[in-house]
Amino acid sequence: MTKESQIVVRDLDMGYGTFILMRDLNFTVNRGDIFIIMGGSGCGKSTLLKILIGLKEPSRGQVFYNGVSFWEMETEERERIMKRFGILYQSGALWSSMTLAENVALPLEQYTNLSPGQIRELVSLKLSLVGLAGFEEFYPSEISGGMRKRAALARAMALDPDILFFDEPSAGLDPVSSRLLDDLILELRDSLGSTIVVVTHELASIFAIGNNSIYLDVDSGTMTASGDPKKLLAESKDPRVRKFLTRGEEGTREERL
Amino acid sequence: MKKENTQELPSRANLSFSHSPEGDLLILVSGDWRMGQQVPSVEAVDGQLTSDSKVLRILFDTKELKGWDSGLLTFLTKVMACCSEKKILLDKGGLPQGVQRLLALATAVPERKEARREAKREPFLPLVGVRAIEFYRTTIEMVSFIGEASLAFVKFLGGRASFRRSDLVLLLQECGAQALPIVSLISLLVGLILAFVGAIQLKMFGAQIFVADVVGIGMVRVMGAIMTGIIIAGRTGAAFAAQLGTMEVNEEIDALKTLGISPMEFLVLPRMVALIIMMPLLCLYADLLGILGGLIVGVGMLDLGVMQYLNETRSAVTLTNLWIGLFHSAVFGVLIALSGCLRGMQCGRSAEAVGYATTSAVVTGIISIILATAIITFGCQVLGI
Repeated sequence: MTKESQIVVRDLDMGYGTFILMRDLNFTVNRGDIFIIMGGSGCGKSTLLKILIGLKEPSRGQVFYNGVSFWEMETEERERIMKRFGILYQSGALWSSMTLAENVALPLEQYTNLSPGQIRELVSLKLSLVGLAGFEEFYPSEISGGMRKRAALARAMALDPDILFFDEPSAGLDPVSSRLLDDLILELRDSLGSTIVVVTHELASIFAIGNNSIYLDVDSGTMTASGDPKKLLAESKDPRVRKFLTRGEEGTREERL
Repeated sequence: MKKENTQELPSRANLSFSHSPEGDLLILVSGDWRMGQQVPSVEAVDGQLTSDSKVLRILFDTKELKGWDSGLLTFLTKVMACCSEKKILLDKGGLPQGVQRLLALATAVPERKEARREAKREPFLPLVGVRAIEFYRTTIEMVSFIGEASLAFVKFLGGRASFRRSDLVLLLQECGAQALPIVSLISLLVGLILAFVGAIQLKMFGAQIFVADVVGIGMVRVMGAIMTGIIIAGRTGAAFAAQLGTMEVNEEIDALKTLGISPMEFLVLPRMVALIIMMPLLCLYADLLGILGGLIVGVGMLDLGVMQYLNETRSAVTLTNLWIGLFHSAVFGVLIALSGCLRGMQCGRSAEAVGYATTSAVVTGIISIILATAIITFGCQVLGI
């Protein structure tokens, strides 16, 4: 069955001022994919994410959401599309002066006409989905890093988004918490049918959850591989991709031989 | 099973109920169940359970369900709570797979009842006790901080303090040179204001020449130092609190401590020394600008000659007044640095805490300046200077 394309990136260049970080990016994210953007540190994964979510303009090229060019539309139209995104930032980015309940409630208060009672019920539901039932009145500074990530995920899911974007979701988490988060991501995709875009370089997560991916290579300044991460590991001949996916093992072994 | 009790609402989300003789209540969920649309409330289900006490099990039929999101999930969690309360079995088999999985996820980790905070009013006496203990701890912290700063200063005078000279030079520039424009503006205006206020009264007695005395003595002895102190407290004291507060949030101060570097010597001392050096210089500059402000009024409004005004100023302002003014400013420099750095290092680990620390630094700095002025003025009175 042909999958529906939800995000299409064409001939994208990205950079800062005259410095171009990555060129000629072309890829498609289908509905229901868990799409991994991977690469070494400093290759521009988070920059690409910012372009996809509307925080930074590309230097060249286009991003299409359901066939409509994201960066060529009017600001109001773009903001309407952005409301359908849910974003989990690397450090959570919870608003420190608000309780967890207030953090999750804010998008609902801003963009829906729900009553305070209905919003309270939804907030409780979202927090219980991430295992934080009972912590509504806590402030971000009063909970652990892993709990903050989960609370931030609850906020990202507040408006039942079409597409979820995760920026390094496992950063700062212990292996067990990281695994639990991976399981949660899979559950969200399976239950809600959400499309999920994940920026990460955590190999365990990449293989556990990704069914499509691109590899950004900092040396060549472009994407050098795309596809299912497990297939890339099995079939890719690109030494840099193999070195990345084997955590440097293959590169080291070849050098020794 | 016969369909009965169909409840239709203006929205497209619908509920229908049918009862079986075996004690099953079948809930037919149809339409579009989404957030923001009007959906049937759980009272409809509760009403069914109340009217038929023989219900043993609830089942769902969602064949006519068009679409759903969290709106359906919140309704179902309330139905689950209702069933749990009435000890009725809930069969989720007829719900969409995604809904079943999300409900399982939502109930996988039970609510931490002991975590939930209840808003309760603290009794008065315990509250007084808690506040008194907090005040005591804050006072001890402040006294300790002042003590450590003094020891660090003694080490500095002995050439044994460990901080970067480049940091001190940068701070001298930030506290001194970069403050000149704002100090110029405020001091000129203060001199103008003093002259205006003095002129109105003195003109009545034909003694307008003494405007030079009012402005000169006022600015040099105390006003120059106070106005400069207030400007620097708001500008530099706040910046110190924000810098050190952000370092606290980013654990940079912890990193210094674990390396065995004293944050007092590395961070607080250069800031204190920078202000001790620059405040008297800024004060001197402010005094001159204030006198210039008075000169503008004297020459422009009171028909005094420039040299006449300046000679009167020179004869009125003694060296004693000058040293007292400079002493004020040096003391204010220490107080502003200590207030800013103390509040910065007491900062909590959030963005809101940095804002609070900055505000507190300015308020503490200004209050300290006024208190110090009162003490020094009293001391001068006692000493007869």
